[in-house]
Amino acid sequence: MSTAGLLLGVVPHPKSRMRQHDAGMNSSIRIGSGLGFYGDNWEPVVASIEHGNVQFIASDHLAELTLAILQKDRQRDPALGYARDVVPMLLRLWPLMQPRGVRFVCNAGGLNPMGAAQAVRTALAAKGWHPRIAVISGDDVLGQLHHPDVRFDHLMNGSDITTVRERLVFGNAYLGAQPIADALAQGADIVITGRVADAALFLGPLVYGLDWKLHDATREEDLNRLAQGLAVGHLLECSGQGSGGNFGSQGAWQCIPDLAHIGYPIAEVYADGTAVITKPPGTGGRVNFDTVRQQLLYEVHNPHAYFSPDVVLDMGQITLTDEGLDRVRLTGARGTRPPEQLKVVAGFEDGFKADITWGFSWPDAWDKVKAAEAIVRQQLHERKMPFDELFVEYPGLNSAHGALVSLPSAAELNERTEIWVRMVLRTRVKAVADGFGRLFPWMALSGPAYTCGFQGMNNSSQLLGIWPTLIPREQVQARVEMLEGQP
Amino acid sequence: MTDTLRIPLARIAHARSGDKADWVDFGLFAWNEAGYQLIAREVTAARVQAHFAPWLPGQVDAWPLPNILAIKLVLHGALQGGGARNLRLDNLGKAMGAALLRLEIEVTPEELAQALQSPKQGWWPDAPQVTGV
Repeated sequence: MSTAGLLLGVVPHPKSRMRQHDAGMNSSIRIGSGLGFYGDNWEPVVASIEHGNVQFIASDHLAELTLAILQKDRQRDPALGYARDVVPMLLRLWPLMQPRGVRFVCNAGGLNPMGAAQAVRTALAAKGWHPRIAVISGDDVLGQLHHPDVRFDHLMNGSDITTVRERLVFGNAYLGAQPIADALAQGADIVITGRVADAALFLGPLVYGLDWKLHDATREEDLNRLAQGLAVGHLLECSGQGSGGNFGSQGAWQCIPDLAHIGYPIAEVYADGTAVITKPPGTGGRVNFDTVRQQLLYEVHNPHAYFSPDVVLDMGQITLTDEGLDRVRLTGARGTRPPEQLKVVAGFEDGFKADITWGFSWPDAWDKVKAAEAIVRQQLHERKMPFDELFVEYPGLNSAHGALVSLPSAAELNERTEIWVRMVLRTRVKAVADGFGRLFPWMALSGPAYTCGFQGMNNSSQLLGIWPTLIPREQVQARVEMLEGQP
Repeated sequence: MTDTLRIPLARIAHARSGDKADWVDFGLFAWNEAGYQLIAREVTAARVQAHFAPWLPGQVDAWPLPNILAIKLVLHGALQGGGARNLRLDNLGKAMGAALLRLEIEVTPEELAQALQSPKQGWWPDAPQVTGV
């Protein structure tokens, strides 16, 4: 193993690593979207690299819940805890990126960025490829959250963290674009981070490539172009959702061509912050005023104060303009200085669930479902199985929109071909969750007739609560380490 | 006002929902300026709260964004505490954007006709011509 060099703060890029797209030499940058979540499809990224003329791909592997999944992996094996799809993804994409000088930024490091980087390095080295890989860490603040004399109140409901402190399993601050820009300035071909603000995966390359002020941005013009960069990152961080995927509408989604071959969004960003959102030629999907604005507001709360570690974005004067097929111009983002605190998302153990899904056919399907439910409740009671809640929904009837839509009458439901019920037990006791599925099999021979399917015999899992909070910026120290040479 | 119509938002708008912790947020988008005038008038925080109340009686925040013909909405307490502890099949509220589009608003036939017949602001080269009311 080579020694990883520990480099802190802003380091000027070494002349030996100067390259075509180096800092400050560009009037514009083209950056493409990678994955939008752990498990997403990387094949559309091929078109962005081969036909999209991009200099960077940025890939978001971490939804709010993903660290919870990675925590379970890490409990099983300390070498894990990262989004493992980054390895096959780079085996597919790196040979296409390398000859074109395309650089790659991702947050697939999850809870173990160094582990991810080493896995990537080993896999690529086996093919004879040796990119410079930068590792960004420092987002893990679980230790700080355990300090008894510091308040980490719930960001949304103000609760005191002492109610969950003993049950915390991870806690990560959202880092910003600075360490990513630094890693690129140090010549990294691949940058692997843990938790960073999703949009910072894109803002980092823009700051580096267009030589924007970041921590030293104070003038309105500097802050506004950072806000443009943040908006660009936000538009690209969810892969196909920025180019016509998941387009929520009645009657219009059918007009989006060839979703099977969707092209992920690409942004062309100019030094003044002006941006055009587009996608590779010859791909499916659609980039227009409608598809872009659906993504612009996605998972935004107050649109006049969209927070990030680098800038606060006001969307109130943004203009989106179609300027040709699959080209939308973005202007008017306004930025103000970022807050002194960083957002943290922690997860805590919050009991267990077990769920089963069970169907009955005509005749009297609804009455049989209700009878089965009653038998399950009787068993829970008679066996003294402690639980907090038995949640019941009827897939095909009310699982999408709950009580917004009233159920048909029992008489009508009894005439249906089939009725399905999903019963989910919430309990603090793991053994109760594990035993829930065993309340059912005997009813195949001794319960109501014409059951047409059962799933969930061994279907218990842990539940996790999410604890969003804030931490003073100075308590979080981002680190950039460079992996060089042979593994 | 005998001649007002009740129409679901789906007739004149589109929407996407997302989740953060226990809150579900919605972008609601009119297809054109005429449609935006209607949603800006009808889709208040109180109306959306009343719409979801039989199912999810949480607080609602609303921000109109005339620059992109949109309204941003946030529904608190929508996910049983958050996606990773929510027992619903749709634990992240992905289908809740469609639930918002079921909200019925009152418009006059003339207003509806104008919203449906005005061209979409976005460019849809492959869209079939929208006709009728």
